Amino acid sequence: MVVSPSPISERNIGDWLRLPPAGLQLLIETLAENHRVVGPQVADGAVVYRDLRGIAELPVGWLDEQDGGRYRLHQDPTAGFFDHVVGPHSLKNFLFPARETVASFVRTDGEWVQQTHAPEDRPLAVIGVRACDMAALRIQDKVFLGSGHVDPGYQARRQRLFTVAVNCRRAAATCFCHSMACGPAVEPGFDLALTERDGWFACQIGSPAGHALIQRLATADAGIVSCTVEEVDAAKQVSIDLEASMHARQPEAGAPRPRSLDTHGIRDLLYAQMEHPRWEEVATRCLSCTNCTLVCPTCFCSSVTEVADLSGDHVERERHWASCFTLDHARMHGGSVRSSTASRYRQWVTHKLAGWIDQFDSSGCTGCGRCITWCPVGIDLTEEVAALRHSDPP
Amino acid sequence: MISPVAQATDPWRSHPARIVRIAEEIGGVRSYDLVLDNTAVRAAYRFVPGQFNMLYLPGIGEAAISISSSMATPDLLTHTVRSVGNVTAALARAKVGDPVLIRGPFGNPWPVDRLADRDVVIVAGGLGLASQRSLIDALARHATACRSTAVIHGAKRPADLLFQSEYAAWKAAGIDMHPIVDVGEGGWSGPVGLVTKLLDTLPLDPQSTTLLCCGPDRMMTAVAEKAFARGVPADEVYLSLERNMSCAVAHCGLCQFGPLFVCRDGPVFSFDRIAQFLAVPQC
Repeated sequence: MVVSPSPISERNIGDWLRLPPAGLQLLIETLAENHRVVGPQVADGAVVYRDLRGIAELPVGWLDEQDGGRYRLHQDPTAGFFDHVVGPHSLKNFLFPARETVASFVRTDGEWVQQTHAPEDRPLAVIGVRACDMAALRIQDKVFLGSGHVDPGYQARRQRLFTVAVNCRRAAATCFCHSMACGPAVEPGFDLALTERDGWFACQIGSPAGHALIQRLATADAGIVSCTVEEVDAAKQVSIDLEASMHARQPEAGAPRPRSLDTHGIRDLLYAQMEHPRWEEVATRCLSCTNCTLVCPTCFCSSVTEVADLSGDHVERERHWASCFTLDHARMHGGSVRSSTASRYRQWVTHKLAGWIDQFDSSGCTGCGRCITWCPVGIDLTEEVAALRHSDPP
Repeated sequence: MISPVAQATDPWRSHPARIVRIAEEIGGVRSYDLVLDNTAVRAAYRFVPGQFNMLYLPGIGEAAISISSSMATPDLLTHTVRSVGNVTAALARAKVGDPVLIRGPFGNPWPVDRLADRDVVIVAGGLGLASQRSLIDALARHATACRSTAVIHGAKRPADLLFQSEYAAWKAAGIDMHPIVDVGEGGWSGPVGLVTKLLDTLPLDPQSTTLLCCGPDRMMTAVAEKAFARGVPADEVYLSLERNMSCAVAHCGLCQFGPLFVCRDGPVFSFDRIAQFLAVPQC
């Protein structure tokens, strides 16, 4: 069936468009007029988020191999713009930055006066956000916006965030979003979502802001037309097929083990296994390096440092990421509550997969697999939970 | 661009206050009476016994300190602290008139609404009594109703018993005072031992008793076990926990205890809510 494309101006939220690479370029340029645009780029041997000027900077033709403690990029002529999956960065790096001044004070005539900073003038637009990271965004929203108090900095950035999500076409061995109900299909909440096709993108409009941007592009000659029904179905099938393949994955000799996590009754399972010897066993491997918590897109612990100038009259309260793997995290006068590595690893896993459910009515894990990849010794929480599940309580 | 803070909802907004009085309590422990500078902030400020403030000294740091003054005088906020860290050491150098910034009050208080018709047993280890002083004051003034009040306060030595100058007034108000010390020196004629020893013999009706305890974790666990041995149900035993805190609004994650944020869900918990996690070492 051939349907003559209707004018873009009639497009609605939920509609799909054909976006050629030139259209994506124009989209980035248009967003950049009033946004800071970041997108995935190859840098220092990994795909990371950086300021993005155009599609030429995207990691076209790069694929990532991920396994416990291993991340390698290689070029593949068949790979498209977005066939890499998640690198070490997530939206957390921008919405909940590693360092941020949360309050500042000036002393005049012995009196302290609290100052405030206007929010950054340029809102953020992120190109290439995967389903797992959109899920992580929803989780961090609950932490910083939905727990009774609102974090003003997070809120200001979040309200103005523009997301161009991407539906993955492949999964790394470390990916287990299918186990956590966080992917691979991007859930609503995006402004625009791309599914890469052969030389073009199927672009779904997800919000009024996304719609407005498409309206603007439509006035330019960017080659944007509506998708046919067949094209929409084929684009949707990409995620369906990937999810099915992730469920069907089997270990193969010489290849990284495909990850999955049995979440059935996981909260009660972990609470029942708090004194399991496995925690001590993990502690013989865990370096307490905090990498897992730094790359985790949902980990939200932080601490505040006083930063004063030499006069002592100007003080900034700088919030920085904290990690439950450090002794300082639970330190009080008299020492740390969690002095052993075993207790700290247990804190992380039980919080992420069990306590989080009590606190925020959802798991704290999206199945992005970063904690597995970026662990220098390859500790794998899916393996640790399986070990706890398949043994009797002590 | 920088302008004076306007957002009342910013959890990082601190309110300037001034030290109006410093009282020497026991060795290394002082009480600081603070008055908020801004009259509107002062008028709006209300706390319930068991809640805490974040006391902030710019450039030095911030500390969670329970409020130990009377609810009857909410204009005057007393914080009783031992000099152990950055902030408390700086407070020890402070003098009357010096500024201190306050965020608060925060936290889940003692169950003051649930004490009518109860026999209240307050058990305090050392400085733990500071978190219970405003409650004892409310019970002594009959501002909070209950059937009877007993206070068991344990300290290392007789000189370490906190708020001794107030015992006479509390007794006069009908509160049954039971100080106990580890080392009975200096002509001490009272009981010697741990607070749990007094719990063995304290006359109580387990069905009408509510026990409120504040002290080190291990001491509170022992007290709770003793209360259960006397027949007090787990949901009538309340503990006030202390954990590392930064934000006080369940954002920073430092105070987590099992699935609980001690700053928001606590510091006061009924024992049955935390029993599962208290039993786990280094939880």
